[in-house]
Amino acid sequence: MSALLCLDKVSKRFRGLVAVDAVSFEVPEGVIFAVIGPNGAGKTTLFNLIAGAMTPDDGVIAFAGRPIGGLAPDAVCRLGIARTFQLVRPFPALSVEDNVIVGALLHRHDLRAAREGAQAVLRRLDLFDKRHRIAATLTLPDRKRLEVARALATEPKLLLLDEVMAGLRPTETDRMVATLRAINRESGLTILLIEHVMRAVMALAGHVLVLDHGVAIAGGTPEAVVRDPAVVKSYLGAELL
Amino acid sequence: MMAQFADGVSRRSLAFLAVLLAALVVAPWLVSDYLLTVLIVIFYLAYTGQAWNIMMGFAGQLSLGNAIYAGLGAYVAAMLFTRYGVAPWLGLLAAIPVAAACGAVIGFLAFRFGVAGVYFAILTIAFAEFARIGFDHLDFVNASAGLFLPVAQYTHNDLWRLRGSPTMFYYVMLAATIVAFLLSRLLLKSRMGYFWLAIREDEPAARAAGIDTFRYKMYAVMISAGFTSFAGVFYAFFYNNLFPEQVFNISRSIEMILGPIIGGIGTLFGPILGAFVLTGLAESVTSALSAFGIDLPGAKQVFYGICLLLIVVALPEGIWPWLARRLGVAERDR
Repeated sequence: MSALLCLDKVSKRFRGLVAVDAVSFEVPEGVIFAVIGPNGAGKTTLFNLIAGAMTPDDGVIAFAGRPIGGLAPDAVCRLGIARTFQLVRPFPALSVEDNVIVGALLHRHDLRAAREGAQAVLRRLDLFDKRHRIAATLTLPDRKRLEVARALATEPKLLLLDEVMAGLRPTETDRMVATLRAINRESGLTILLIEHVMRAVMALAGHVLVLDHGVAIAGGTPEAVVRDPAVVKSYLGAELL
Repeated sequence: MMAQFADGVSRRSLAFLAVLLAALVVAPWLVSDYLLTVLIVIFYLAYTGQAWNIMMGFAGQLSLGNAIYAGLGAYVAAMLFTRYGVAPWLGLLAAIPVAAACGAVIGFLAFRFGVAGVYFAILTIAFAEFARIGFDHLDFVNASAGLFLPVAQYTHNDLWRLRGSPTMFYYVMLAATIVAFLLSRLLLKSRMGYFWLAIREDEPAARAAGIDTFRYKMYAVMISAGFTSFAGVFYAFFYNNLFPEQVFNISRSIEMILGPIIGGIGTLFGPILGAFVLTGLAESVTSALSAFGIDLPGAKQVFYGICLLLIVVALPEGIWPWLARRLGVAERDR
């Protein structure tokens, strides 16, 4: 069985700095896969390469067997990869429902069908009761959920979540974790997330990749990775031992 | 079709629109010739404001050179009429693609090469100025000497050739404003309308949601340009003369955008309300100043400017969003 997303020796350089250095990994279909690492490890650059916001200098990114490196972000999304942004960017002046309808219209041409699809996603993310609110008036946890809802409404095969737990309180984190687990379990949606919040990573991910200075230094189950001496040294520090 | 237009509109809004429409239909019998001309100017600005609103209010692309599309429409239809006797409605069929093609060139240059925001606005001004100076030296269109249409005989109205009385022109412009209003609404509630709003709100986020932003921005510019070209055709046949210095002048472009700004950018009714307020204000200032016997050069402009300033400071979103809340007819789903 070939993996849904396949990176083979992918590199990205900014002038002298190698942000992502020959990173290879595979994300099988249906899993929740986490990329962790200290600040500046190249996680967001890696995401931008996959999502089409940046073009890799070297290496191959393949999605469902098809090379996607260098495609425009909208083309990548149409192929079935939806993303959220680390700094959330919902459409501020639009209502919550209209935000999600924009996503739902990607594969639907009928507005009524898109609204139904959007409402189903909003129920899933506990935002249905707030659907007429203007997005700019939402709290940060709700804006994060809205960001996920808009991405989900495009009906992706792979969902990229860029630090979707950052800035959330522990109870909010647990709520988001529960929602994402349920979506993964029920629809089999593959999720690739960048995360700093280890509590969420441990609860969610079946597989973890650790980046440090653009290099993949470890990979495996969360339990194995947190015991890896290289990971402890570069990232987690002594307090988790 | 009518059900689709009325979808999501409250009874109160429909009643309000019906009363307004009835008043406008009977207006020519009730008002003086002078007021009728003022109303024609109002609807001209309401129409061009709506066309500009599609580009700026919906898709978020700031054009400060929409006069180029009106000017091209005016020249295409006037040339076809004076040289070949082609009726303006047929001329319109040529004017729309010419204006849309011009919009496509400007849009392509801007959107392909990442010219956005104020730089896009400057590009639109540059094209309009280029047209103004170019037409001024183009002998084919009579250069700076201008084009003149045979002056209308008011004995009978010829709607097909747009020769006739102000009342006929009034109804033509009223109908155009209504058509623009209905089409704006249809566009705003369409798939493309949602994509435009997404682009206006946050273009990178729109791209991440799978929207081909280049394509939809191109559609916005071309539709806005095509719409605006009809205003030019009307202008040519209403005023019967065309000078590049006038039709392509930047003040024409600014006139077109003031209505939506005062009325409410991105709203459906804002451009129409804005045109009424602006023109009404300008005419009231003129008659008030003459009634008080004030005859200072520039006094009208200064007073008009102060009024606009007060409106913009008090209601930065425009008059319509505020008024709609007051009347309880706020546009839903916005």
